[in-house]
Amino acid sequence: MDLGEINPVLLIASLMVAATPLLLAAIGELVVEKAGVLNLGVEGMMIVGAISGFAISVETGSPWLGFIAAAIGGAVLSLLFVLLTQFALANQVASGLALTLFGLGFSALLGQGYVGVKPPSMGDIHIPLISDIPVIGPILFQHDPILYVGIALTAAVWVVLKYTRVGLILRAVGENHDAAHALGYKVIKIRILAILFGGACAGLGGAYISLIRVPQWTEGMTAGVGWIALALVVFASWKPWRALLGAYLFGGITVLQLNLQAAGVAIPVEYLAMSPYIITILVLVILSADKSSAPASLGRIFHASH
Amino acid sequence: MKFTSLLASAAMALGLATSAMAEDKTKVGFVYVGPVGDGGWTYEHDKGRLAVEEHFGDKVETVFVESVPEGPDAERVMTQMALEGADLIFTTSFGYMDPTINVAKKFPNVKFEHATGYKTADNVSVYSARFYEGRAVQGHIAGKMTESNIVGYIGSYPIPEVIRGINSAYIHAKKVNPDVEFKIIWAYTWFDPAKEADAASVLIEQGADVILQHTDSTAPQAAAQEAGNVITFGQASDMSEYAPKPRVSSIIDNWAPYYIARTQAVMDGSWETVNTWDGIKEGMVEIGEISDAVPAEVKEEALAMKAAMAAGEYHPFTGPLKKQDGSDWLAEGETADDGTLAGMNFYVEGLEGDIPQ
Repeated sequence: MDLGEINPVLLIASLMVAATPLLLAAIGELVVEKAGVLNLGVEGMMIVGAISGFAISVETGSPWLGFIAAAIGGAVLSLLFVLLTQFALANQVASGLALTLFGLGFSALLGQGYVGVKPPSMGDIHIPLISDIPVIGPILFQHDPILYVGIALTAAVWVVLKYTRVGLILRAVGENHDAAHALGYKVIKIRILAILFGGACAGLGGAYISLIRVPQWTEGMTAGVGWIALALVVFASWKPWRALLGAYLFGGITVLQLNLQAAGVAIPVEYLAMSPYIITILVLVILSADKSSAPASLGRIFHASH
Repeated sequence: MKFTSLLASAAMALGLATSAMAEDKTKVGFVYVGPVGDGGWTYEHDKGRLAVEEHFGDKVETVFVESVPEGPDAERVMTQMALEGADLIFTTSFGYMDPTINVAKKFPNVKFEHATGYKTADNVSVYSARFYEGRAVQGHIAGKMTESNIVGYIGSYPIPEVIRGINSAYIHAKKVNPDVEFKIIWAYTWFDPAKEADAASVLIEQGADVILQHTDSTAPQAAAQEAGNVITFGQASDMSEYAPKPRVSSIIDNWAPYYIARTQAVMDGSWETVNTWDGIKEGMVEIGEISDAVPAEVKEEALAMKAAMAAGEYHPFTGPLKKQDGSDWLAEGETADDGTLAGMNFYVEGLEGDIPQ
């Protein structure tokens, strides 16, 4: 055992990378659920984002265009969910599951020609001056831009939900859609926008895996991150900063346990392997001891005639 | 009454018609642990399935289900396949062992073939390849080429097949480089590209300049490519899209001849329970082209070792060898028997850390 072999700077830097896909997907789903919609299709939207981002950035040579395409790809797939649940008034759980199955299959089809291709690299931003600070610089200020987008998005969602009129309306729709409707808010329209936002975020998260974290295209490469994001939203009590904390904890402990294994620490590997799940759940459950609960209209179908 | 008898006879006719149709074709099912596009393990099994289709043409029908989790869900998938009239079912991951045995009990007329396991029954055969022969070649190249003397190894689950690979690679790396050290990470997954890439990055960060993987996707190759100056080996499939570097060679599983032979046996009615364990000699394990990133003399030695194993002159587990705890395992010149290898649950001397139990 030699803990000295673990470089804490590299460790923290890589845990942020490991957490970002999860964070992006969770923030998107948080907004969707705040609007009272339960979209279980996160995994499907992520994988479609992963392949559309990958394909476009390979074809154009620009990772930025790739990420934009990934957001569009995820949002377009979520349109299917919109159609099923907001217009056909189908069951949200079933529609979400269908979306995941469809997304996994559809992405495999789209990705046929992209196996083994190397995507263009995005490169890291080195923010002048502060990125040269020892220790803190490499940890905080030498990452790819999307990682910062994830954090900025979290802050933005928090501000919007908590302090703006838009956020208030969104929450009203999620808490009691009949009351919101009676007040004259367009419940369906607001929910559609929320679902599209969720789809775009999930798409970004997926593309982060295929363009930065791995970087390659492989069928089914999201391998369950979407489901973890879904669980994270619940354990984070629908609060953006807690979702960020949860994502960083989960990503962090995942990377940490790999580091401990490689360094030969004498903790049984089984415990290390389950630690990300256990610790993340524990911390978030303890935090959620306050009164926060799910949006009251979560998963309920709205029709103006009711 | 007339109506019901009419219905009954119609049903019977239908039943006869479908069973007659089913007899025309031999139906072969495949259960996969990952997606067919993983570029590794499952990809090669699916190539075997396609070879069966090509070989028999209209005489067979193949079906497959991909990304089937190891556990109870696998039982459901196999049962479904058997109910749909499969004559022969290949279950292609270690974790399908008990589900295969359970389902096989319920369908005595369906033949089952379980990959990499050890439990057989009247209608269950097992088959595997001697991947450890390929690992010996990899270990040799790794030992010769590492400059940091640290070799990273990404294991999936601590099962005999994976442990054999680690031991074999270590023995041969150590033989040519006494200073070599192995760092082992258990990923507890066969297929999770993000996690596999993370594991590779962690090993590289901790000084490894050679990465060996026993997981199914090409993600560690991508991570090594990103890091630069690291070499890797294709696992289960050639992974030649990452050649000449990082991927310098590979183990290729060639299942096609076996799948064709076993399908033929079912057609002829000559199928019997067997325990197949073939290696380089029989062609089930192939060594992918050793790229130019490997020095010529190392390449020559590696090929010589491969030739010796193919000729049956060399066994990767040849004594003197000790177990990790220092106890004697094989005496000078003695080779390991298949029973010990099949159930291998110990590291050889020199490896650090414990095998998770």
